[in-house]
Amino acid sequence: MAATKKNTLKLKFDSSRNLAPALESKSVAKIAERYDLFINGKFEKPSSKKYFDTINPANEEKLSSIADANSTDVNKAVVAARTAYEKTWKKTAPKERAKYIYRIARLIQEHARELAVIETLDGGKPIRESRDFDVPTAANHFFYYAGWADKLEYAFPNRNPQPLGVAGQIIPWNFPLLMAAWKIAPALATGNTVVLKPAETTSLTALKLAEIIQEADLPPGVVNIITGAGATGAALVNHPDINKIAFTGSTEVGKIIQKAIAGTNKKATLELGGKAANIIFDDAPLDQAVEGIINGIFFNQGHVCCAGSRLFVQESVYKIVLQKLKDRMETLIVGDPLDKNTDIGAINSKQQLEVINKYLKLGQQEGAEIFQTNCGIPKKGFYCRPTIFTNVAQSNRIVQEEIFGPVLAIQTFRTEDEVIEKANNTPFGLSAGVWTDKGSKIFNMTSKLKAGVIWANTYNKFDPVSPFGGFKESGFGREGGLHGLGAYLKV
Amino acid sequence: MSTKRVTVLKTYKIYIGGQFPRTESGRYYVASNPKGEHLANMCLCSRKDVRDAIGTARGAFGGWSARAAFNRGQILYRIAEMLEGRKAQFIEELMLQGSSKVAAEKEITLSIDRLIYYSGWCDKYQQIFSSVNPVASSHFNFSALEPMGVVTIVAPQQSSLIGLVSVMAPVIAGGNTCVILASETKPLCAVTFAEVLNSSDLPGGVVNILTGKVSELLSHLSNHMDVNAVCFSESDTSSIKMVKENAALNVKRTAFYENEKWMNENTQSPYFINDFQEVKTTWHPIENIGGAKSGY
Repeated sequence: MAATKKNTLKLKFDSSRNLAPALESKSVAKIAERYDLFINGKFEKPSSKKYFDTINPANEEKLSSIADANSTDVNKAVVAARTAYEKTWKKTAPKERAKYIYRIARLIQEHARELAVIETLDGGKPIRESRDFDVPTAANHFFYYAGWADKLEYAFPNRNPQPLGVAGQIIPWNFPLLMAAWKIAPALATGNTVVLKPAETTSLTALKLAEIIQEADLPPGVVNIITGAGATGAALVNHPDINKIAFTGSTEVGKIIQKAIAGTNKKATLELGGKAANIIFDDAPLDQAVEGIINGIFFNQGHVCCAGSRLFVQESVYKIVLQKLKDRMETLIVGDPLDKNTDIGAINSKQQLEVINKYLKLGQQEGAEIFQTNCGIPKKGFYCRPTIFTNVAQSNRIVQEEIFGPVLAIQTFRTEDEVIEKANNTPFGLSAGVWTDKGSKIFNMTSKLKAGVIWANTYNKFDPVSPFGGFKESGFGREGGLHGLGAYLKV
Repeated sequence: MSTKRVTVLKTYKIYIGGQFPRTESGRYYVASNPKGEHLANMCLCSRKDVRDAIGTARGAFGGWSARAAFNRGQILYRIAEMLEGRKAQFIEELMLQGSSKVAAEKEITLSIDRLIYYSGWCDKYQQIFSSVNPVASSHFNFSALEPMGVVTIVAPQQSSLIGLVSVMAPVIAGGNTCVILASETKPLCAVTFAEVLNSSDLPGGVVNILTGKVSELLSHLSNHMDVNAVCFSESDTSSIKMVKENAALNVKRTAFYENEKWMNENTQSPYFINDFQEVKTTWHPIENIGGAKSGY
């Protein structure tokens, strides 16, 4: 009897994967002991007189003290932004405005290495990602929007687009510098002034950006950066002299903001949570698809609003995809974010690690099957092994709720219609991924999936020219490209 | 013994493929100031130089057009940075050729700003001029722009720098490569500008600059069979007719900028880029099987 020959080929990296540490040097990162608030072009002590610690999540060591802005400080920043808007920025010729923004872009490029190291120290993301993605993309974003400053009438034909005024911007901790760039660059290009609040666990690169803005000689008050936690953000949202709120963060907070500004004339753009479907058809190039799954869910420890956190695999290839995925996951290195070999760095905060662990428990209680890799993780710091759940139901909370960590829920499907229904069965609609060799199937999927960004045979791609933003409870408004301008203009 | 230092005079050469050769013809003409005083000996380019330059531009087209639009934008920005650093030299040359100091300063700053302006357009005009076309059948149909290819350009003759910059920038911003015939009577800045291009990150061959007589070279610039488009910036009607006739040899595209006031700040727009773009429309089927209505 001819024995069914099982394909037992398996990736084996054990022997070769014990790589010597390749640590990026911390010496390029100049971090002050204490950071004040950046208001009207100067660093000012907070009137609250309070500071909070920012730590390195990779080893729980303190990096610096950050000023905690209260409502008096927020008011100061808004007044500075208003004054700069009325007296300076509004009157600055668009092409000169552009030159300031170009300067910021160039200075970010010049400070790139320092920014990358600080981003990794403060946020826990692998140095490879901060160096090759976050920082260069942030610079490119400024470079791109700088060019729009004197071209706005072409973006809105038969209109005379005008700035809104003062923009209050609140950004998350997953891509601290990049999100600051996404917010500040289009706001300045369109002639608005800004009060930006970074997330409390990751203020450092925004404060470094404040130094860069000083170096660029931007008129005082055009960009103000105030630090603090939720209360600071709330004070900013509720300040009566803000014309526009731009928020990136959780759907929960997004709804609070939307409600808070109801009854005012404040405009808003909200870029909120997601639970993206990453869909693998049986005719997909499977090895590439597996890379796409890995990138989709483990990029930046899964702290990505558009993470491909729901995987749908066509039944006929489920077994092989699952095996390939597990094999590939075993090669991932979890560890010191400053190590250039590290694939998955530290979870951003203790609080977030607790959230993730809660879902790991919950998933198992719901009856799903958990798989985690065997890799070692450092003793100190906040880490989570790459995790997948199989045998999950559409109604499971690990399928319905955003976990924001390296945790993937895997489901199967038989037909296109079935996967469309399942993929759309979520309150979110930020992004999706489709893997198939058949173009016409891709366009059928992109037509029917309710999501703001859909990647076909790729995942987690970003570019300053490409609009990004969600359907449904993933928010409204777009950032990036021509479409990102409208959010900051009266058209 | 006299210790008076003797000035080193600059030799003005042409710019082909990122190098500064002399004209293959060995001929020269004299560039003089409005008073008729000798300024420099310029290369009096020949048909062979035109052909060499076009061949070089063709060679550079593949690489330049394949660059990311963003990268082209950075390179144009770099050209502006280099020009800003050499302002003084251009002001001096513009004044040698008859400009007042004020006019010269205005011309150089406007040239820098115009390069920045077109730098910004490199990755933006596509979103202005491209489209997704809502065809009635089940197809995804979109029209995107592509550069035409090699463009020969007769630069505006009345200015030394701003005219050249104004016609060159939109052509290369859109991914084309070009051969430019500089102003015949005010050629100095064109050659110095070539040095600026050469010290920026612009790949050799993307811009090639020749000096010489329009009357001699216009026919060669417009009848060469490996040229995709001709840009002519003068108003002489018989020349325009010749360009149009020659263009018909291989259906070249043409653009005529007869009365543009290049020193006007507003004489710049993405439409100058669009003048040297083809539109490519792609049809792709959308499989429309099954009944997933996905109404929510």
